[in-house]
Amino acid sequence: MTVRDETRNAPPPGPGTARGPATLREEVERRARAARERWEAARAKAEAESGGPWKRDFTTVSGLEVPALVGPEQTGDIDPVGEIGIPGEFPYTRGVHPTGYRGKLWTMRQFAGFGSAADTNERFKFLLAQGQTGLSVAFDLPTLYGYDSDHPMANGEVGKCGVAIDSLADMERLFEGIPLGEVTTSMTINSTAPILFAMYLAVAEKQGVDVAKSVSGTLQNDILKEYIAQKEYIYPPRPSMRLITDQFAFAAERVPRWNTISISGYHIREAGSTALQELAFTLRDGIEYVEYGVRAGLPVDRFAPRLSFFFNSHNDFFEEIAKFRAARRIWAAVMRDRFGAANPRSWMLRFHTQTAGCSLTAQQPVNNVVRTAIQALAAVLGGTQSLHTNALDETLALPTEESARIALRTQQILAHESGVINSIDPLGGSWFVEEMTRRMVDGTFDYFRRIDELGGMVEAIEAGFPQREIMDAAYAYQRAVERGEKLIVGVNAFQLEDEKSPEILYIDDAVGARQVSDLEAMRARRDRGAVARTLDALKDGAAGDANTMPLILDCVRAYATVGEISDVFRDVFGTWEEPAAF
Amino acid sequence: MSRIRRILIAKPGLDGHDRGAKVVARALRDAGFEVVYTGLRQTPDQIASAAVQEDVDAVGLSILSGAHNRLLPEITQRLREAGAAEILVFAGGIIPDRDIPGLKAAGIDEIFLPGTPTTLIVDYLNRRLSAA
Repeated sequence: MTVRDETRNAPPPGPGTARGPATLREEVERRARAARERWEAARAKAEAESGGPWKRDFTTVSGLEVPALVGPEQTGDIDPVGEIGIPGEFPYTRGVHPTGYRGKLWTMRQFAGFGSAADTNERFKFLLAQGQTGLSVAFDLPTLYGYDSDHPMANGEVGKCGVAIDSLADMERLFEGIPLGEVTTSMTINSTAPILFAMYLAVAEKQGVDVAKSVSGTLQNDILKEYIAQKEYIYPPRPSMRLITDQFAFAAERVPRWNTISISGYHIREAGSTALQELAFTLRDGIEYVEYGVRAGLPVDRFAPRLSFFFNSHNDFFEEIAKFRAARRIWAAVMRDRFGAANPRSWMLRFHTQTAGCSLTAQQPVNNVVRTAIQALAAVLGGTQSLHTNALDETLALPTEESARIALRTQQILAHESGVINSIDPLGGSWFVEEMTRRMVDGTFDYFRRIDELGGMVEAIEAGFPQREIMDAAYAYQRAVERGEKLIVGVNAFQLEDEKSPEILYIDDAVGARQVSDLEAMRARRDRGAVARTLDALKDGAAGDANTMPLILDCVRAYATVGEISDVFRDVFGTWEEPAAF
Repeated sequence: MSRIRRILIAKPGLDGHDRGAKVVARALRDAGFEVVYTGLRQTPDQIASAAVQEDVDAVGLSILSGAHNRLLPEITQRLREAGAAEILVFAGGIIPDRDIPGLKAAGIDEIFLPGTPTTLIVDYLNRRLSAA
């Protein structure tokens, strides 16, 4: 299948046949070209007099050349309806909702998790009390990687980067006193996503919530970006894709308000990609999931409306805004024209944004509040549906209560004081922003062609293509910083001698010991026969072609652990190691 | 001139953040070192035996998971047990200030924090290894 951006092929709103409008239009264009020539001359003269610009390169943080001035003479061929349009209408460049942020503000969703389920439950209640409007769970590395807290590989890791979850018992404690029919919850979980999804549903059932009607939230569940960037994979790509299509089918029927995947560029960017690579690889991952879903026999309009996206928002303000606007335009074209989706909800790209952790500095960390505010503003001007703002101590540790509150307050100030929410897509029609948006669209379709030529994203990953592209970009950026071509305030410019380090959240190793003794007690309490039976049934189902989700639900209800269930899949599917190249 | 120095860059712990490890590996290679990279999620045993097998002069450990207090001293301990205590061990990642004295006492020679230019690591290795 070839990819074409059909929005670009719509006939331009060219000169009418009537003589009058054509003449007027020609006259306007002639004057714009003449003005451009005058400016070029004036600029050349000023530069000759001053000895040229004060620095050599005016590129984005991604190294993309930025035009000094964009005017109507360069953007006149952009179709104001076919390519830009209106909010709530194909191709959604200006947003997916006709009401913008007047109908509904973005969801302020701060990612949190550390220590034990009880520790994180307390932080969740704190954030809800501070006016946060949705939950977002960070799990610890053993949970992400399918090991129980007492596994040798979990040594020193329990509760460090997120909350430790071994069994349904921990999940019940995590959401104690939080009604799952009333909050929406996002869970950053990938290789072990079906297990944590099943646990969440089991807790909701125990709370008496009608799962089909009232349970809503999002799983990250984006395994392709794990191979590309975040590297928390367990099984090889193909069986991992099967687990995801099992969840698509299960949720479409049983949990219709659940977003089964959040196709993520965040980690691709954090691993060092450019903005364009983040956009292109993320959307191409999206295409891959849709192709696998369709191949598994699911009608595209049945699962595509529940696909959601997750992007990074970095420092380069206009590049980020262009990226978000381009994402919507590209996805709408892909879904309609590549997959023939007929439901407009399948065309709409909805996304969560997190400000860029990798942009923050350990030096003079209070400056990170400013960086985060700029990045959050770009996300809002780009039309995000939900937002996480990083805490100022992100590069030092997990956030303290105080730094987490400042991060949330940053969003509240944008929403309620800055006025940027009042008009929808206020930068739409800016010649510069539209030109940058178009460059993002064109660059993305170029990457699509290269990945299609490799046979698809799974094949491209197996060949190491996106991994190499990102590594090259990361290294080029580091070199630019070290040569002083890119300045980072406090790091390679405007440094302070003798900085005092701030108070940080310190998680000691006692969390791990407590978690392990709780796990042992839980294992002694549960019905061992039921655990063995449900794990055996899962093994048979995984080896065959049954949908694994109902079988996983049976396992978690019997208090089988994350490690035990993951081991079933390790046995059946094998594990994945990438070559150690750099 | 002295022989080309060999460096092992290793990722202990479960985190998959390999940007820093790979950037440092490339920078060291570009600076004339021979670099071996272990890949992700290596146990202390795996790292120590790779260091011995590859006959390296130094081991650079990259860790952002928070498990450094547990894993880094285990690595220097394994190296001593393997009779390779002379291998220089340095580390980088997200490591709170208060953990640094303990890690140094456990045999981690230097710790590089976020924002460190790779040239500083190159200079450090040239200085420390030329004395050897």
